[in-house]
Amino acid sequence: MKKRSMKGWLYLLPAILFLGCFMVYPLIDVLIYSFEEGYNSASQTYYGIGLYNYRYVLRDPYFLQALRNTFILVIITVPLSTGIALLISLGLHAIKPLRNPYQTIYFLPYVTNTLAVGLVFMILFKKTAYTDGLVNLLLQWFGGSSVDFIDGPYWAKMFVLCFYTIWVVMPFKVLILTSALASVNPEYYSAAKMDATSKSRVFFKITLPMISPMIFYLVITGFIGAFKAYSDAVALFGTDLNAAGMNTIVGYVYDMLYGNSGGYPSFASAAALILFAIVLTITCVNLLISKKHVHY
Amino acid sequence: MENKIDFDRIERRAAVRKRTFQTVDYVLLTLWALLVLFPFYWMLLTSIKSYGSYNAEYIPKFYTLAPTLQNYADAFTTVPLGRYFLNTIIYTLVTTGLMMVVIIPAAFAFARLDFPGRQLAFTLFLSLMMIPNELVIITNFVTITNLGLRNTYTGLILPSVTSVFYIYLLKENFEQIPDELYRAAQVDGTTDLKYLLRVMLPISKPTLVTIAILKIIECWNSYVWPRLITDDQNYFLVSNGIQEIRENGFGRENIPAMMAAVVVISVPLIVLFLIFHKKVMAGVSRGGTKG
Amino acid sequence: MKVVLQHLTKRFPSRTKKGDDVIAVNDFNFEIPSGKLIGLLGPSGCGKSTTLNLICGLEAPTEGSILFGEDDVTRLPPENRGVGLVFQNYALYPHLTVLDNILFPLQNLRGADKLTKPQMMEKAMQAAKLVQIDELLERKPSELSGGQQQRVAIARALVKMPRVLLLDEPLSNLDARLRLQTREEIRRIQQETGITTIFVTHDQDEAMSISDMIVVMKAGVMQQMGQPQDVYDDPINLFVATFLGTPPINVFDGRVRGGMLYVGDDPVMAVGGVADQQVSVGIRPEGFNLDPQGSFRTHLVRVEVMGRDTSVVSTHPASRNPFVRSIIRADNQVDRTKETVCFSLMPNKVFLFDAQTEARIPFTWEAQK
Repeated sequence: MKKRSMKGWLYLLPAILFLGCFMVYPLIDVLIYSFEEGYNSASQTYYGIGLYNYRYVLRDPYFLQALRNTFILVIITVPLSTGIALLISLGLHAIKPLRNPYQTIYFLPYVTNTLAVGLVFMILFKKTAYTDGLVNLLLQWFGGSSVDFIDGPYWAKMFVLCFYTIWVVMPFKVLILTSALASVNPEYYSAAKMDATSKSRVFFKITLPMISPMIFYLVITGFIGAFKAYSDAVALFGTDLNAAGMNTIVGYVYDMLYGNSGGYPSFASAAALILFAIVLTITCVNLLISKKHVHY
Repeated sequence: MENKIDFDRIERRAAVRKRTFQTVDYVLLTLWALLVLFPFYWMLLTSIKSYGSYNAEYIPKFYTLAPTLQNYADAFTTVPLGRYFLNTIIYTLVTTGLMMVVIIPAAFAFARLDFPGRQLAFTLFLSLMMIPNELVIITNFVTITNLGLRNTYTGLILPSVTSVFYIYLLKENFEQIPDELYRAAQVDGTTDLKYLLRVMLPISKPTLVTIAILKIIECWNSYVWPRLITDDQNYFLVSNGIQEIRENGFGRENIPAMMAAVVVISVPLIVLFLIFHKKVMAGVSRGGTKG
Repeated sequence: MKVVLQHLTKRFPSRTKKGDDVIAVNDFNFEIPSGKLIGLLGPSGCGKSTTLNLICGLEAPTEGSILFGEDDVTRLPPENRGVGLVFQNYALYPHLTVLDNILFPLQNLRGADKLTKPQMMEKAMQAAKLVQIDELLERKPSELSGGQQQRVAIARALVKMPRVLLLDEPLSNLDARLRLQTREEIRRIQQETGITTIFVTHDQDEAMSISDMIVVMKAGVMQQMGQPQDVYDDPINLFVATFLGTPPINVFDGRVRGGMLYVGDDPVMAVGGVADQQVSVGIRPEGFNLDPQGSFRTHLVRVEVMGRDTSVVSTHPASRNPFVRSIIRADNQVDRTKETVCFSLMPNKVFLFDAQTEARIPFTWEAQK
């Protein structure tokens, strides 16, 4: 018996070692960092313990800019992408021929490198000396005036960022919602049909409640994912996000850690913990709401 | 008789409504498909336009009559794209392989072995799933830097090896294998390790393949960690490579060559996906998340 | 409401490209009298569920027509037919309470049929009382037992007072004890409401016990329709004879020569009006009389005492089944030491079928003294 009990831990050992070194220890360490004032990574010394790092970060205009960008991004993309995904999944569910090829196509962005495809979006939206870019030409063709979406006004840049983010997160949502729709027992629809239920009533009274757990799951993961936005922005605006005014909270963390403005792990830790607190709060709020509204 | 005429009208109206709905549905779905596919088409198209003709087009053309592969040659010669590629393959394969070696015994221990503290250990494991990567990456960066492992494969690979989520997924799968098989093997005097290798792994092959594919996708697209840990081009992965190309490669405006590079690094995963699309989609819908 | 099926046929395109179409329902013609309980009976895959789906309109027939009373409803969509359907798995909406489930069909009514809230409540309560679930209205389906879910499903189907009520395998998801109870319940509800009710089942016991009429189907073809006892006593072919009755009928290879029926080599019974030919002989288990002089001899295997009856299990070389099972009254003593049991046969429990077509061959017999 004793030999067996040792054995279980033996099988777990590699996982425990890796997780201990690269997840548990860092987790504790990041907390410590965030309270160590004036930490110097070269000499590995600090001169105090306190909340200074948090205060600094919360007053840093770059952080506030990042915070604002992230919130705008979250508020626009989460509802919009979930809504569009629901529409697409419903449309997909209503057809039979071509359903599978369409589903495969829709999933394609999931497997592509965000950085690489972001470049394509950049050249589509960018205005250069040689060309206004395809999107701008379209705008002009419809009678609008062209605008540089990559180096231009703030709202234009935010628009591209939201657009690209939605394009990137859509495959996952469409996939989850189509499988949720497919798992609704068709007998419910037959039963509703027998009772002369109108299309809208079927949707609001049967379909929506049945897939509501999955919708909430998508909203929760969507919030978490959008709050951690970073590489989409890098793909569009380059690594120097502060200069572009398009930084995100995660981007701020990495900038504090490394790169031209880097070398401040304490500030980075404080910012990361603030992000974690925001995400945790929003997730809890989401869970509370979903408890009230998800029916089973 | 009157009834009959009425039915005809009801029927015809229902048919018309259905056809209209279907048409609108297909149009919208096709529009979205085009929106998804267009960037891929554009990068392919741009990558075969010559530098001169691309820059001469104020209004970009949707086709090209003089396709060239020159951009692909440029992509591999002017910047070390081959090197990035090789690095990424090494990184992806080693990380995925190591991860399998780590998660399989862990999942097996949780699913089949009985040892004191198992429940507690599993709960702790699960709670780790909630920890965002952004939180631990700071210390990992410092650790790897202090160990002098920057710009090495070891430094790239080590922190990406474990995934609590995949341990969980695999454990669930292992638990579906009937207990009787394990009992039977014990009666036959099969050791746990032999049982794991000979019985459980073959049975769980579909899940293992799914996990491997998901991990490969994740590795191939990873950007943040490699960016932090490498500044030597010899260790860049494709994501960092593409960013480097964008900022310093080719002279600023050689967009066709840039697109050729983008095509080259996108193709392997797209091919992998098209081969395994059912497995990938099933795996992701079972709980994969991006980011 | 009378239900009439005329030349009703349903073909499904074959799954494989080259194969023939699958004919699920082949040229059905029958009339269901108003206010009766009808059992649609057959082995699984015989097309009975398809028939049900055709009647309620979830599927469209390839040919033929369906009439409710004088109305041709063949091409009417299901929602306009006024049928109530109880699904095999009940299909109760899991996120709605019992009350909301029952109210659901009423809330769909529009235009002239639209009901006020109190009217809806009244109707729902009426239906709930009818199936005796008025105590459970606030529960969710997942908090109910299988039998209770069944009742809710029936209430939901009944609440809008359908012209025809359809039940798909209503008892198959219940355990044995509940099954007996629920089938009585279905009978009672049907009689109280007087709604023409059609239910589908593969269990002949169920169909026989509560139906006014049964329709026996096989492979998409209607075999026989009639009152349960009539069909049992007068099966039209070997399939109907074997499908009805527990324990099942005993089937033997036999032949008729010179007005005498031979089973194996033994002449067992005189049959009048039958030409010399090979036949299949069906004998109901209750058609055997213990008779020392009897000409039907079997090899005794065992005797099972069941209280009221005694079941004699024996073998016979000409039997199609491994054992011959005969049921005799318990006060008849079987000599268990003997290897052979002798029976005489009751002619009205013996059926002859054509050896090839399996169609019934009528015969006459002289009444015994």
